[in-house]
Amino acid sequence: MFVISSRFLRIWQRNFAVYRKTWKVSFMPPLLEPLLYLAAFGLGMSTLVGEVSWRNRSASYIVFIAPALLSVNMMYNSFFETTYGSYVRMYYQKTFDAMLATPLFLEEIITGEIIWGATKSVIASSIMLFIISLFGLIRYPEGLLLVPLSFLAGLAFASIGMYFTAVVRNIDLFNLPIFLFITPMFLFGGTFFPLDTLPGWAQALAWLLPLTHLVEITRAIAIGPLDGFALWNLLYLALFSALFFPLALVKMRKRLIK
Amino acid sequence: MEAVVQADALRKTFGTFTAVDGISFSARRGECFGILGPNGAGKTSTIRMIYGFSPLSGGSLHVLGQDVTSRRQLRKVKYRIGVCQQDNNLDPELSILQNLEVFASYFDVPRPDATARALDLLKFIALENRRDTPIPELSGGLMRRVVLARALINEPDLLILDEPTTGLDPQSRHQIWERLEGLRARSISILLTTHYMEEASRLCDRLIIVDHGKILVEGRPQDLIREHAGRDIIEISEPGEELRTFLRERNLRYDDLGHRLLIYCDERDQLYREVSGRYCRDGCTLRTATLEDVFLKLTGRELRE
Repeated sequence: MFVISSRFLRIWQRNFAVYRKTWKVSFMPPLLEPLLYLAAFGLGMSTLVGEVSWRNRSASYIVFIAPALLSVNMMYNSFFETTYGSYVRMYYQKTFDAMLATPLFLEEIITGEIIWGATKSVIASSIMLFIISLFGLIRYPEGLLLVPLSFLAGLAFASIGMYFTAVVRNIDLFNLPIFLFITPMFLFGGTFFPLDTLPGWAQALAWLLPLTHLVEITRAIAIGPLDGFALWNLLYLALFSALFFPLALVKMRKRLIK
Repeated sequence: MEAVVQADALRKTFGTFTAVDGISFSARRGECFGILGPNGAGKTSTIRMIYGFSPLSGGSLHVLGQDVTSRRQLRKVKYRIGVCQQDNNLDPELSILQNLEVFASYFDVPRPDATARALDLLKFIALENRRDTPIPELSGGLMRRVVLARALINEPDLLILDEPTTGLDPQSRHQIWERLEGLRARSISILLTTHYMEEASRLCDRLIIVDHGKILVEGRPQDLIREHAGRDIIEISEPGEELRTFLRERNLRYDDLGHRLLIYCDERDQLYREVSGRYCRDGCTLRTATLEDVFLKLTGRELRE
């Protein structure tokens, strides 16, 4: 049984207080990295690629990849927060130990960390959304939906990240989920080329990946058409939250409560 | 008198290893109660059950009158205790003041109160001029003082200290002791684990010595010394065979360590004159018995892991 009271907000507030101290450093990478990708692929590659056809619509390559890079940004910021960020707090700084000697219970701490991871996704993707909107790469008012979406996506990837934090034996082992899970999604999640260019079996595999669904919704919001299919994508993403959030709690309890 | 901690047949096992093997004790309100023992004796395991970090493997445990195995009651306990863990687990990105304020928020202390309390505590640990100092710039001793202040931010009824001065230099240690004596004067209940006997004698009203998860003795430091080590100790370096014979004939209590020999005695002057005059070859001192003598006598002198 998990008992989670609203006290998890304290953890969120703690992380936010730290973020406010370090924001000048911590907000640069999520801002600059996707912009670099956008410049390299969007400007460099688009002359080679030209127009891309997606769901019977034609879009310039930069318009095609901008929503995908936004999705990748959501994934990275939440996943890395609850992997490296949470692991450092848990193992090296013993922050969780200190918190456990207060009225907080472990479930509240982990929930706070995951919600914070989702928040990091919102912060990073909002900054990026603002910048790429200046280049007219997102249509509005639909584009505003990307903000709540970044939270839901962040929740899924933060939960997955927290699960790995609970089970890895040391911090170097995060390379494994990154190499086997995150990087393949980054490359094959419908990000840089339309999925229908892949052979059938590869397409089927790609549709198992949560990022593929996130890219699909983001693109539907940013370019259109936004239809019922996006709900299925959303449901698939929510499934990862529903699965990995309790799993992370169980594994964390097993790891820390002795 | 009301017990702040009441342990009955308390057990903690990790797989096949038994860390705490059915101990019972009771710490009273307003006293400083010590849990002493060598490394691995079960001190930290005991204390972690008391502040709700570890579930019990057996027995019962009441803290401030609440049963800690009930989650609802444990939450109440967690609001009313302050814990100083072994690690200096402060938030390194935050200043000293922010560390205290953030911790206060975990106890639902409203922000203005939190700041006022934090400033008071900074005065208490004599760091009021360094409130904005980043944590990584502090020495180990100063960090320890901040951890102590942080444990007091909720104005606890019971302060739990897990080896508060381990790894500190003598100056820092005395600084911490002075603060703790200040707290004792305010009759805050304190639970302390340590393996420094000087610390225990100075701070504890009563204590238990544990080893291999069991309680060896319980009592007031002075009583334990009198009972287990006598009043004085004569320490002889490189004792000769004739001294050993003399001690056996006189039926005196002593510990033979090979190159050193300790005689536990109550009639100090006469025996000391006799021993030092007749049997002292290399060095011979008469000193007051301490808690350390009791501790080593009861837990043995061999090295622990």
